[in-house]
Amino acid sequence: MTKQPAIELKNITKRFGAQVIANNNVSLTAYHGEILSILGENGSGKTTLMNMISGIYFPDEGQIFINGQEAVIASPKDAFKFKIGMIHQHFKLVDVFSAAENVILGIDEGKYNLKKSAEEIKKISEQYGFDLDPEKKVYSMAVSEKQTVEIIKVLYRGADILILDEPTAVLTPQETAKLFDVLRKMRDDGKCIIIITHKLHEVLSLSDRVSVLRKGEYVGTVNTNETNESELTEMMVGKKVSLNIDRAEPKDPQDRLVISGVDCISRDGVALLDSVSFTARSGEILGIAGIAGSGQRELLEAIAGLQHINSGEILYNDPKSGKTENLRDKTPVQIRELGVRLSFVPEDRLGMGLVGNMDIVDNMMLRSYSKGHSMFLERKSPKDLAMKIISDLEVATPGASTPVRRLSGGNVQKVLVGREISASPTVLMVAYPVRGLDINSSYMIYNLLNEQKEKGVAIIFVGEDLDVLLELCDRIMVIGSGKVTGIVDARSVTKEEIGLLMTKSGEEEKQND
Amino acid sequence: MTEKTVIKQRREPLFHIVKRDDMVWWKVWGVRAIAIVASILVMVFISSLLTGKGMGKTVEIMYRGVFGRIEKGSFKMLFKYLEETAILLCLALALTPAFKMKFWNCGAEGQALMGGLGAMVCMIELEGKLPTAVLIPVIAVVSILCGAIWGVIPAIFKALFDTNETLFTLMMNYIATQIIAYYVYIKGGGSNVIQPVEAGIAPSTGNSRYYINISIVIAITFIAYIYLKYSKHGYEISVVGESRNTARYIGINVKKVIIRTMLISGAVCGIAGMILVAGKDHSIRTATVGGQGFTAIMMAWLGQCNPFITAFMTAIIVFLNLGAAKVADSCYLNSAFADIFVGVVILCVVGCEFFIRYSFKFRGSRKGDK
Repeated sequence: MTKQPAIELKNITKRFGAQVIANNNVSLTAYHGEILSILGENGSGKTTLMNMISGIYFPDEGQIFINGQEAVIASPKDAFKFKIGMIHQHFKLVDVFSAAENVILGIDEGKYNLKKSAEEIKKISEQYGFDLDPEKKVYSMAVSEKQTVEIIKVLYRGADILILDEPTAVLTPQETAKLFDVLRKMRDDGKCIIIITHKLHEVLSLSDRVSVLRKGEYVGTVNTNETNESELTEMMVGKKVSLNIDRAEPKDPQDRLVISGVDCISRDGVALLDSVSFTARSGEILGIAGIAGSGQRELLEAIAGLQHINSGEILYNDPKSGKTENLRDKTPVQIRELGVRLSFVPEDRLGMGLVGNMDIVDNMMLRSYSKGHSMFLERKSPKDLAMKIISDLEVATPGASTPVRRLSGGNVQKVLVGREISASPTVLMVAYPVRGLDINSSYMIYNLLNEQKEKGVAIIFVGEDLDVLLELCDRIMVIGSGKVTGIVDARSVTKEEIGLLMTKSGEEEKQND
Repeated sequence: MTEKTVIKQRREPLFHIVKRDDMVWWKVWGVRAIAIVASILVMVFISSLLTGKGMGKTVEIMYRGVFGRIEKGSFKMLFKYLEETAILLCLALALTPAFKMKFWNCGAEGQALMGGLGAMVCMIELEGKLPTAVLIPVIAVVSILCGAIWGVIPAIFKALFDTNETLFTLMMNYIATQIIAYYVYIKGGGSNVIQPVEAGIAPSTGNSRYYINISIVIAITFIAYIYLKYSKHGYEISVVGESRNTARYIGINVKKVIIRTMLISGAVCGIAGMILVAGKDHSIRTATVGGQGFTAIMMAWLGQCNPFITAFMTAIIVFLNLGAAKVADSCYLNSAFADIFVGVVILCVVGCEFFIRYSFKFRGSRKGDK
């Protein structure tokens, strides 16, 4: 091997406060001309480590070597001097500027010459196989185009070391494949690519080597062609995990929730939902797939009575009385008073499902506090419920009176899901329930959903990881730009088919013609 | 890479600031206590420099200025101090539910003035026409209503049109002041002063007014604590304050909670106005509340939505205010000195929160460096 080390980390430690050690004594090396994956669960310190390389954080201990020389990177500007470019998970672009304007923004060397820069950008695009119009404004770009701008931005500045933080989280399978082609070309060009991810199949298909972090500790580095999914998972989690999700056949499915022709128009006149029709059946998990922001949130909120709809019907068949209720234009309280047991785990856990500054007991009360005629709160039964959820779902918390914002993502989600399930719902809606959760917590949530399915609950599962949707759900509904583009049998469909359905509407439709 | 890029090496910064979330409660209160004591000591030291009197002597002047000679059986000064504290506390408690809801009510001044106006109108118009036992409840109801109305107007606009409550409540103060000025002009008969009347919720002479005014506020303190902590309303206020989205999600009517809470906030301000007008002064002028409605914002903030902490902080600040005024008075300093004194202490108390939330890491503190 004649590869030159591009970046070496030696004994890096970073603490937040006294208790949180984000990185503990991490050492790793990345070479020119290779793609290195940093693999780890959420909270394992991947992003913190990369933020220290890109000058956002400063390490408490340890050294960083760039091309063999010790480097002090105290600001993103320093990182840029060392030819390090980071592409963040959340894009940092100016919406009203064009691609070229965004790329040259903040460069104070040389003259401002947009034409010349645009040519330069075109050259970079051709070299690596990007597809980008430098004149296009950012606000009219799709997510994948914005990402392209971010990547070209760092290449334009001459970056030799590129760090990508979860770059595929917002992409469809097709876009991901395209991105990977580009990254391979860059590698062949001698650049050092570091990609942060927690998706195993991506690691295996893309990278040359994988470094694994677990709870801030460096576990080890392996060559990709010498490893497999289960070995990597074991390194990540620290013990053997079975990666199969059970999927029982639905028992006696009955139409529980019938949505027909739901339209929803935003205040600015944009159609958020466009004649959405589907049926959720009891004892079945209906998956909803789609690019983020295609109307998933609005759909769930419309069912929960939080979003006004302009036309259409939301019909609920009560399993006990056999009556059919129309939930349209009803508030959450009215829905509850009808006896509809609708539980909803929203996407924004601490901003909507829970109150971060309140303790677990008070969060349990959210659903039930108004019961009874007393002016005062009754904290006894919420406390019992909190204790039960803490022990049943193994919530790691110092106690029931800890504010939920102090809990880790997985434990926050257990508290929320636990509360929603405790109401013994007939319809359970969950939005991105495993986002940010470690593998063990994720599987616990899948098992809880399966238990509810066994009990005959109609489950609507909005997810982003297609692999999970394909393994867990019975049927998958795909939405794109507020329209239903297909409802498919999850047992027979492939990922690529879903990927095509995801992009099959709105602007993308024209491109596909 | 063949060419070596020469980069000017930078040293590690002298210190960087790190967020912390792990301080135990007694340390938190320790930091706050140090901030209070240290800032008081600094200000006492500065005053002794200005007056030429020693620090001990300065503290003694402050103590005597506030408490008088309790050991000789004279409680007049103590009562005055407690009454001052009670009035400021009453205003701060009025703001507490609104603040807990993150509704920044800056209109305690105007709401209290309107409450006081309600009391004054009753006292002037109904004096001698109603027996005292009837007049007192009438005064109470009218002042509570006046304060509540003045408080609920911005709340309605906030709930329906999402107007900025800070500016709205602030502007309402000026309207209230002008209404009082107009009323005084009419009733004062050109002298711009309304002569004190005998009617009120407490006699204008003797010590009994102190008992009445102070006990009203003590009762409000306990009620406020229970309301915020153990009632369903209090719970709704916290949820709305923490996250409107969560409130919407569980079906709390956010508009209703905003309007209801501001009715309560304004009503308690009205009570403060009643105490000032019908309990203490037996008259009204534009300066009756005297800016305490604004000081109360600070007190409610320092009390962190806990009525008992608010009471404690108010007692300290009123002591300093009266004490520093006494020092300024007896040593021929400008009366603004008292305001500077209290301002510095409040600044230190608020500023010390920074040290509770963040800590410093210095260059040398890194382990493993050669």
